[in-house]
Amino acid sequence: MRHYLSLIVYLAICLLIIVIFQQNWLNAYIQIVMMFIGINIMLSSSLNLINGYMGEFSCGHAGFMAVGAYTASLLNMGLFTTSSIFGRSLFIGPQYSVFLFPVTLIIAGFCAALVGLLVAVPSFRTRGDYLAIITLAVNYIVKSSIENIQEIGGARGFMGMRQVVNAMNNVINIPWLMIWILAFAGTSIIALKRFVGSTYGKGVIAIRDDEIAAEIMSVNTQRVKLIAFMLSSGIAGIAGGLFAHVIGYINPGTFTIMKSTEIMVMVYLGGMGSLSGSVLSAVLFTVMLEFLRPLQLFKWVLIPLLLIILMLFRPEGLMGNRELSDVFPGLRRFFPSKEY
Amino acid sequence: MPLLELKQINHFFGGLQAVHNFNLTIEPGELIGLIGPNGAGKTTIFNLVSGFYKPTQGDILFHEKSIIHLKPHQVTSLGLARTFQNIRMWNSMTVLENLCISQHYRMGYSFMDAIFSTKTYHEHEKAVVKRAMEILESLELSEAAGEYPKNLPYGLQRRVEIGRALTIKPSLLLLDEPAAGMNPSDIDRLIELIQWIREQFHLTIWLIEHQMKVVMSLCERLCVLDFGQIIAEGSPSDIKNNPRVIKAYLGDEEADDDAEN
Repeated sequence: MRHYLSLIVYLAICLLIIVIFQQNWLNAYIQIVMMFIGINIMLSSSLNLINGYMGEFSCGHAGFMAVGAYTASLLNMGLFTTSSIFGRSLFIGPQYSVFLFPVTLIIAGFCAALVGLLVAVPSFRTRGDYLAIITLAVNYIVKSSIENIQEIGGARGFMGMRQVVNAMNNVINIPWLMIWILAFAGTSIIALKRFVGSTYGKGVIAIRDDEIAAEIMSVNTQRVKLIAFMLSSGIAGIAGGLFAHVIGYINPGTFTIMKSTEIMVMVYLGGMGSLSGSVLSAVLFTVMLEFLRPLQLFKWVLIPLLLIILMLFRPEGLMGNRELSDVFPGLRRFFPSKEY
Repeated sequence: MPLLELKQINHFFGGLQAVHNFNLTIEPGELIGLIGPNGAGKTTIFNLVSGFYKPTQGDILFHEKSIIHLKPHQVTSLGLARTFQNIRMWNSMTVLENLCISQHYRMGYSFMDAIFSTKTYHEHEKAVVKRAMEILESLELSEAAGEYPKNLPYGLQRRVEIGRALTIKPSLLLLDEPAAGMNPSDIDRLIELIQWIREQFHLTIWLIEHQMKVVMSLCERLCVLDFGQIIAEGSPSDIKNNPRVIKAYLGDEEADDDAEN
C-alpha cells in the first residue's frame, strides 16, 4: 500500500484536474496553460537526463520535439481526418483516434529517438563544447529539413490537428488531451526516476563524474550514452506530439534554438540532476511566462536577466542535485526508498 | 600457463616513442612491481593493458587470449581491474553506489527492466548491493558505505578505490602508485592491505610505485623501466645493486634508501 502511495496521490490529482476540465470550472486559457505545464515538465525532465545527470550540454532539444510534433500530426491527420494534404482518411474512421492517438504519440517518440542517434553516435567520440555544437547542428538540420519539405507545409507550417481532437471528443466527450498529457508526463517522470535510480542508469552519472574511470571500471559508456540520448529525445518527441495537438498549428519556426533555450532555462532553474527540480521549475517557468505576457517582447529581456541573476547567486538552481524528498524529509513516506 | 603476456609492445604518441619493445610475462599468484623514473612510461603500460590505449605494435595476452582489440569495459569483464594514480572515484555518489556501478558489466538486466521495475531487475540489484557490501565489510569500510568518497581521508579513499576494483572479481589487479601522497603510517597499513587482499582474493598483483619501502617489502620481482624500455628485471635485492638502475633511478635517492632500510 505504502509502495503505491505516491502513485495514488498522483492519480487523485489527475482525476481532480480532469473533473475540473470536464466541468469547465476554469476558463480555456488557464486550461491551455496547464497543458503547457505538463508538456514542459516532460521536456525539462528529459533534458535534465542529458544536461544534468550526464553532464553533457545539449542545446538542440527543440529539434527532437519538432520530429515528434510532425510525426504525430502527420500520422493522426493521415489516419483519422480528411484533409487537403492527405485526401480522405486512410482505411479507418475518425472514431478510432481514441485508441490510436497514444499509439501515434509513441511512434512519434520512436522517430524522435532515432533522430536522437544523430547526437548519440557523435557523443561516443566528442564531449563538452564540441558535442554542444553538434546538438545545435541537429536542431538546425531538423528545422531546415522540415522547412524544405513543401508537402507538409514547409515554412508555412501545418495545421488541422484540432480535427483529431474533435474526432476524439465526438466519440466520448472528455478532455482527452489533458488526460494524455497527464498520463505521458507521469509515465516519463516515473521512467526517468527509475532509470537514474537503477545501478544501470547510474552509469550515466558515472560518465559525468569521471568518464575515463567509468570506461575502465566496466561501464559500457557507448551503450549507456546511446540509451540516455534516445530516452531523452524520445520523451521530447512525445512532448512535441502533444504540443502540436494542444496548439493545433505547428511550423518549423516554433522549434528553433529559442525553444531549446527555454527548455534549458527550465533545467538550470530547477537544478541539474534533480527531477523534482525540473518539475517544479517547469511549473514556475510556464506560469511566469504567462504572467509576464503583458510585457510582450520585453519578457525576453527580463527572463534572460533572471537567468544571469540565478547563475550569479544560485548556480546550482532551485534544487541543485537534490530531490524534493531530500529537502523535505517528510515527503519520504510518499516515495519509499528501496531497501536491500 | 602465464596469466598476462606482453609481447614486443611498442607504443607511439605521435612521434614520441613511449614504450619500446616491452616484454613481460606474469604468472598467476605473482606480486610484481614496475618502477622507473617519472615519465618512463609506466602508466602508459597500464593504460595499454587495461585497453584504454591500443598498442601501436605488439600483442597483449590475458589468459592466453589477445585483448588488444577489446574495449576497456570488456577487458575489465575478463577479470582485470585497476586503480588510478590520482584517485578517480565518482564523487557525486556514495561509496556504496560507487562499488555497485563498478559491477556494471555483469548487470543482467536491460534499461527496460529498470524502467518497468521487473523481477529480474530487483534480483540483480540485490545481488549487486550484496556483493558491494561484502567487499566493504571485508575491507572494514562498511561504516563508510553512505559517505561520499571525497569526504573520506586520503588513506580511506585509496582503500575504497581498491575495494571498487575488487568488486570486479579480478584475477589480476593493477595498482598505479597506491602509496602516492600517503604518510608513513598510511603506507604501513597499505602494505598490510595489499598482502591481505592478495591472499584473501587469490590475486595476482602488478603495481607501479615510487615508494621504495612499498616495493621492497611487497614485490617478489621487479621490473625497471626507463625511457619506455626495461633496463633491469629481477628480485628486489638484485635490482638494488644493479648499477644501471642506480644510475637511472635510485642514484639520486640513495640517501633516502639508507634511511628507510
